[in-house]
Amino acid sequence: MSEEAPRQRDRSERIERWARVILPATIGTLTLVAWDLVVRINQIPHFILPGPLLVAQSLWNDWGTLLPALLVTLRITFSALAVAVIGGVGLAILFAQSKWVEISFFPYAVVLQVTPIIAIAPLILIYVDNTHVALLICAWIVAFFPILSNTTLGLNSADHNLVNLFQLYGASRWQMLRYLRIPAAMPYFLGGLRIAGGLSLIGSVVAEFAAGTAGQGSGLAFRILEAGYRLNIPRMFAALVLISVTGILIFMFFTLLSHLALRRWHESAVKREN
Amino acid sequence: MRPTRRSLVRLSNIDKRFGNGVLALQGLNLEIGEHEFLSLLGPSGCGKSTALRLIAELGEPTSGSIDWMGRDERSSVHEIGFVFQEPTLMPWANVFDNVYLPLRLKHISRSKAEPDVESSLAMVGLTGFEKSYPRELSGGMKMRVSIARALVTRPRILLMDEPFAALDEITRLKLNNDLMDLWHRQSWTVVFVTHSVYESVYLSSRIAVMTTRPGRVMAEHRVNMPYPRTEDYRTSGLYNDYCRNVSRSLARAMGEEEA
Ligand SMILES: Nc1ncnc2c1ncn2[C@@H]1O[C@H](COP(=O)(O)OP(=O)(O)OP(=O)(O)O)[C@@H](O)[C@H]1O
Ligand SMILES: [Mg+2]
Repeated sequence: MSEEAPRQRDRSERIERWARVILPATIGTLTLVAWDLVVRINQIPHFILPGPLLVAQSLWNDWGTLLPALLVTLRITFSALAVAVIGGVGLAILFAQSKWVEISFFPYAVVLQVTPIIAIAPLILIYVDNTHVALLICAWIVAFFPILSNTTLGLNSADHNLVNLFQLYGASRWQMLRYLRIPAAMPYFLGGLRIAGGLSLIGSVVAEFAAGTAGQGSGLAFRILEAGYRLNIPRMFAALVLISVTGILIFMFFTLLSHLALRRWHESAVKREN
Repeated sequence: MRPTRRSLVRLSNIDKRFGNGVLALQGLNLEIGEHEFLSLLGPSGCGKSTALRLIAELGEPTSGSIDWMGRDERSSVHEIGFVFQEPTLMPWANVFDNVYLPLRLKHISRSKAEPDVESSLAMVGLTGFEKSYPRELSGGMKMRVSIARALVTRPRILLMDEPFAALDEITRLKLNNDLMDLWHRQSWTVVFVTHSVYESVYLSSRIAVMTTRPGRVMAEHRVNMPYPRTEDYRTSGLYNDYCRNVSRSLARAMGEEEA
């Protein structure tokens, strides 16, 4: 009996691992089949709802226009994210140095966050001549806040007794930051980064929409708009699929990054053996 | 018993009131002699931790003074080792880096610190666990890492805040013996906070009994029993007598405030 138990647990773990892949895949396949059937049976015209095969086909055929568009969007996404990380972390560290700085500036960071990006994007596009820079600013505004607020929280969450210990040994401000506050903030920062990665993609797509065909932008959103005007619905779907897949990949990338960075010590990443 | 040669630090007439108005200590007088093993014994919430933190200069007394003898105050800080009630380790750092921390903060390079870190780990019996992370250790091992970290700077005075309170009895007895052994060999000064009469009588050369909050030292007991102390001592009649006396004085210290 006592020897059986671990083997049984092993088996149920293996089953769960497979289930994690098979179940979602099955749901996905079923949805695609249902979609295809609905389109075929009702004979829905392509310019209203294309079937999944047609979308895949257009993804294949239009790859030549979609890939450069994807690269443009990705460039904006990642440069915005990079600026958001630098700005967010930098400001958070500044906040951690002085309560007064935090009190003075944090409300404005919140203002940036709660204002819908779609509402300020047109303004930014008017004031900033360079469309590329304007898009970058829009994407940055959305990606910036989760990094700032998470990192600020993380920097302040160091164990109080550890802070005392550092004081006891006469640690300088810099040592306190380097050896205590920053490591303690890592899980929070990485959580923020995961959210910000997806948000900066959303930000850059939304901003491209706001820029519309007027801008010389040629990102994925621009392709969607363009395809819309031409009633090339399959291509719209193809671009949409590309955006979603990109978003998922970004999320997975940062999840993996966070896992690798924390796996030695943080509860969220540690695999506990009981 | 090693005679107390001279006094190391003296707390005179200490009051401590926290920002929220709680008066934790009132009129606390305490003298800590060089090389002694002093236990600070008192009921929960009487201000033992507060007193210990004041000695470590983590916070200032509201009134009264703390005087270090024969040394200028600033350098004295670096000669203090502090062991918290919880292990208080950095979860992101392995055992070596946790113990290395005090030396790293003093800008001592890793290679130069290594012998000290190793010998301090050896003292607590954790050689070979340098690469382990805190989460991979048992409660008792974490506590020993925390003690090794306090020892790594070769402090002259070791302040310990109920270091073994959260441990099981077997581990506690083992660590009690280890600590007493180390202290006996290294001629440190130890201030040991506890609320266990038995622990304090077993370990200490002197016991200061505190009243309920606001705390002050109401009675002191000398335990005139030579070291090294063994299990024989723990089962002797003399040990029981000491325990009875200290228990009585603790009861009195608590009763007086309530009356
Ligand atoms: N930072 C603080 N702010 C306000 N009150 C505090 C603070 N620290 C301690 N106190 C109060 O001071 C009193 C003494 O606390 P202290 O931690 O010194 O007790 P203790 O004797 O160590 O108790 P225990 O044995 O339970 O650890 C308590 O009533 C506590 O509520
Ligand atoms: Mg305490």
